[in-house]
Amino acid sequence: MNVLNIEEIRKDFPMLKRTMHGQPLVYLDNGATTLKPQIVIDTIVEYLTSYSGNAHRGDYDLSHEVDEQYESSREVIAKFIGANTNEIVFTSGSTDSLNMIAFGYGKEVLNENDEILLTVAEHASNTLPWFEVAKEKKAIVKYIELDETGRVTLDNVKKAISENTKIISLAQVTNVLGYEVPIKEICEYAHQKGIIVAVDGAQSIPHMSVDVKDLDADFLAFSGHKMCGPTGVGVLYGKYHLLEQMKPLRLGGGSNTRYNSCGVVSLKNPPYKFEAGTPHIEGVIGLKSAAQYLMDIGMDNIHQYERELREYCISKMKQLDNIDIYNEDSTGAIAFNIKGVFSQDGASLFNTYGIAVRAGQHCAKILDDFLNVTNTLRVSFYFYNTKEEIDKFIEVCKKGDDFLDAFFE
Amino acid sequence: MLSLNDPMILREIIMDHYQNPRNRGLVDDDSYQKVNMNSETCIDNLDIQVKLDGDKIEDIRYDGEACAICTSSTSIMSELLIGKTKEEALKIYENYMNMIYEKDYDADLLEEAIAFQNTHKQANRIKCATLGWNGFKKIIDEGEE
Repeated sequence: MNVLNIEEIRKDFPMLKRTMHGQPLVYLDNGATTLKPQIVIDTIVEYLTSYSGNAHRGDYDLSHEVDEQYESSREVIAKFIGANTNEIVFTSGSTDSLNMIAFGYGKEVLNENDEILLTVAEHASNTLPWFEVAKEKKAIVKYIELDETGRVTLDNVKKAISENTKIISLAQVTNVLGYEVPIKEICEYAHQKGIIVAVDGAQSIPHMSVDVKDLDADFLAFSGHKMCGPTGVGVLYGKYHLLEQMKPLRLGGGSNTRYNSCGVVSLKNPPYKFEAGTPHIEGVIGLKSAAQYLMDIGMDNIHQYERELREYCISKMKQLDNIDIYNEDSTGAIAFNIKGVFSQDGASLFNTYGIAVRAGQHCAKILDDFLNVTNTLRVSFYFYNTKEEIDKFIEVCKKGDDFLDAFFE
Repeated sequence: MLSLNDPMILREIIMDHYQNPRNRGLVDDDSYQKVNMNSETCIDNLDIQVKLDGDKIEDIRYDGEACAICTSSTSIMSELLIGKTKEEALKIYENYMNMIYEKDYDADLLEEAIAFQNTHKQANRIKCATLGWNGFKKIIDEGEE
């Protein structure tokens, strides 16, 4: 029996009342972004309507109210991932957080010939910043080999580590194949060698309970909009002593305690030194509301229900002979193709039936060499999806050969 | 004259050009002008070559990775425009774009390209149905400069 009351949960999401292409919306692109519950929308509107002032600024009641809301968001997010409050930096999203790790920390500690370990399954936001930092510092980007199923294993991490390895940066759940990476074991091994581990949590934090202290991760990045929060806001977690070493990439108001005309600047302590300028206040407060909403439902409940959905979908897909599945036994998104149908034509067919699925290379272009396909379709679930929606999806999978019908109905 | 009202025929035209694209494959010949058309929002990525003989479109070639709509619309374009003068070709281009964007157009000029008359109903496919055509236009425009 399922512990979640999905029917009630679905009422929280006004987007689920809309249609697409004249059909009820079946939203199966949750890896891209997620729908927002009314409580998140109301929380943002409440800030904009009733106490819209700046944070950390004025000496009046209104500003104090904003401060309290903004700083309590840090407490809620800290609780959400098991961190200390002063280890939570608000950013514009995972991409921003990962760039801060690479340029603010990596660039400070890397020297010539030092090695950064990634995998070919990383999202572009966890490769491109490292490429650039490596170029600037004459450091070297190396890859941890995936096993034959596409997984990252501790053994392969061990094999890839050399005495020059300084940083490992990995997604906790990979972007295209959706496998969970043994981060805790990797951290334990890496730390024995003095290696720092940065974790891209964009595809894990929304779907499972994560405790950064238990993982012993050094850095963690994630986005608000993939976990029912607003776009344009995200989080960088860093162990406090690492945040102290890390350089802010942007300077300005709010990040310094004082400076004089000779250019002597003293920065505030973390996390404030990283939050120069007026922050995305309604975003941060909206993210707090999203995290509370998810905690109320329970991350373990969410994780378990999504696994059920995935298993159900896979079992139905396997009954069809026109479907190639690329990651049958993972826990994340399902990467697949309809045989003989270019992924974009497939996505267009689903669109005709009101079903949102993603076609493409999913921002992980170097993975092509591993999968031997240049592009795939992807469905990714969230806890508001239902088996009935999957049934609709399966019916359209069956129509694969008629993909051009989408163009003529 | 094709029946504008028979989706089955239009569908077959697209499928035929998708499965057996005409004039596909690039040539290694400097007398061709070349442009890469890489859609920023989807996967379609085509190289397009045009060879001009004075005012005449002598040849059009293309290759790359593209969906059914993009491949077939480019294939049909190549058949339609090869042998035309620049002026004739641009007039066909203009009518094709008018059809895509739901303005008045002369269906007789478009021949098989009328198969794409419903593109506006699938707004996300407009880019697919125009990528090759816009590549051709870009080459002609660059030649004019």
